[in-house]
Amino acid sequence: MLAVKGLTKHFGGFAALTAVSFEVNDGEILGLIGPNGSGKTTAFNCISGALPCTAGSIRFRGEEIAGLTPDAICHRGIARTFQIPRPFRKLSILENVAVAAHFGAARRADAAEARRRAREILVTVGLPADGLASTALLGAAGLKKLELARALATGPRLLLADESLGGLDPTEMTTAAELLRRIRGELGVTIVWVEHIMATLMRVVDRVVVLDHGEKIAEGTPLDVAEDPRVVEAYLGERIVLT
Amino acid sequence: MIEPIFLLEAAVNGILLSGVLALLALGLNLIFGVVDIVWIAYVDLVMVCMYLVYFLVMVYGWPLWLAGLGSLALGALLGLGVHLLIITPILGSAPVNQLLATGGLLFFLQSFATFLWTTDHKTVRLALPILEVGGMFLSFVRLIAFVISLLAMLGLWVFLRRTYIGTAIRAVSQDREAMALMGANPQYVYLVTSAIGGAMAGLAGALLVIQYSVHPFFGAAFGPLTFMICVLGGLGNMVGAFVAAVVMSEIISIGGVVISTEMGYVIAFVVFIVMMFVRPGGLLVRRG
Repeated sequence: MLAVKGLTKHFGGFAALTAVSFEVNDGEILGLIGPNGSGKTTAFNCISGALPCTAGSIRFRGEEIAGLTPDAICHRGIARTFQIPRPFRKLSILENVAVAAHFGAARRADAAEARRRAREILVTVGLPADGLASTALLGAAGLKKLELARALATGPRLLLADESLGGLDPTEMTTAAELLRRIRGELGVTIVWVEHIMATLMRVVDRVVVLDHGEKIAEGTPLDVAEDPRVVEAYLGERIVLT
Repeated sequence: MIEPIFLLEAAVNGILLSGVLALLALGLNLIFGVVDIVWIAYVDLVMVCMYLVYFLVMVYGWPLWLAGLGSLALGALLGLGVHLLIITPILGSAPVNQLLATGGLLFFLQSFATFLWTTDHKTVRLALPILEVGGMFLSFVRLIAFVISLLAMLGLWVFLRRTYIGTAIRAVSQDREAMALMGANPQYVYLVTSAIGGAMAGLAGALLVIQYSVHPFFGAAFGPLTFMICVLGGLGNMVGAFVAAVVMSEIISIGGVVISTEMGYVIAFVVFIVMMFVRPGGLLVRRG
């Protein structure tokens, strides 16, 4: 579904990503992991078009998307969430999602349709869909859900989820991980998931790609990757515990 | 001692004046909030629109309401033009370049107007009555301008609340990157915003030309006041701009009656400077 080839991103003299290649298969959940500063979020920014890439090719469903604007990439079916939730604070929860549903769909949804879809998605992720609820009511878990809801409202085939678990307590983490699994299962959305919380991620994903210092150092099933000596080294000897 | 009735009259006139000023400040604020660039030449666009109304009404004999619609349309076109020709190329550049570019437009418009229409003051003469209400004398023209300004602001509010493009405009003013990732083309949102901001300048032009005579330096007379109101209300803050417009025009109007017109402006500017120390973020923002 997504084929990233030789993706390179330089910030001045700093190489954030060096010739990273990986593929995402239709219907899978791919974990994208690595220590802090390894280039995970930069990869998301390049794929979603927020940052232009220095070199490399990004093909989505057979079509080159590197160099397209973020809104054009969104219309082709890629949505992303942010590590730190960025809701539109002055808009209600429903407006946040409805505006994404209206502008994000490949064919612009009309007002009533966008509102209906927004309500559906809010119910799916478990947020109030009444239209009056303000974003000020949401805690960390709620804001993460709103990020997901806005991304899903654009009707994506591929979801780039950036640290959907950060700042959540263990129960909320389990719920959030379960939600990602449901998004794949019920909505048929393929997911690339960047995450720091290894244990939860490893239980949900089908495959893992590991980045370190902007380079891909490993790829495979969670079990294989956890045993990989280069991965163990990248995480400073800290073994990834699979529970 | 000034008779209370004169103070009351000044207060009412101040409120009437605040309508158009608020309209101007809202238009400027809307554009700044979304595009993040201050159109230094905003009130000079108003000046161009005032000339249009003057020529349509006084030379070509159009009815005023039709000329007003023409002014609205010209304002929207000017807004689009400014965005496409001047703002688009400098969107990502340093703020000082953006100030210089829109400031350059100000001098261009002033000089161009002087060249075309000379520095003569031109006036749209209307035979509209002065109303007497409870001993106060109120200008009917100002009353109409105030009511239309309020309606326009109400219309803008409904537009921003009830339509998706309006919601996107509010969303972009908070986080332009996130809105683009949700599929809204920023250039489209900018163009709609600039056209609306321009249309408000056009409408304000039509409402001002029936109260004041127009000359090439009209922007220099009303521009600083408009910027002060924007800053006082908090840049990008719509409600704040409205409150600031009322405060400023009350000071000017009452100060004008109690002391003199010039002193009214002096007091207004002094209040502005003091407020910038006390409430640098704007009237409605707590220091924090």
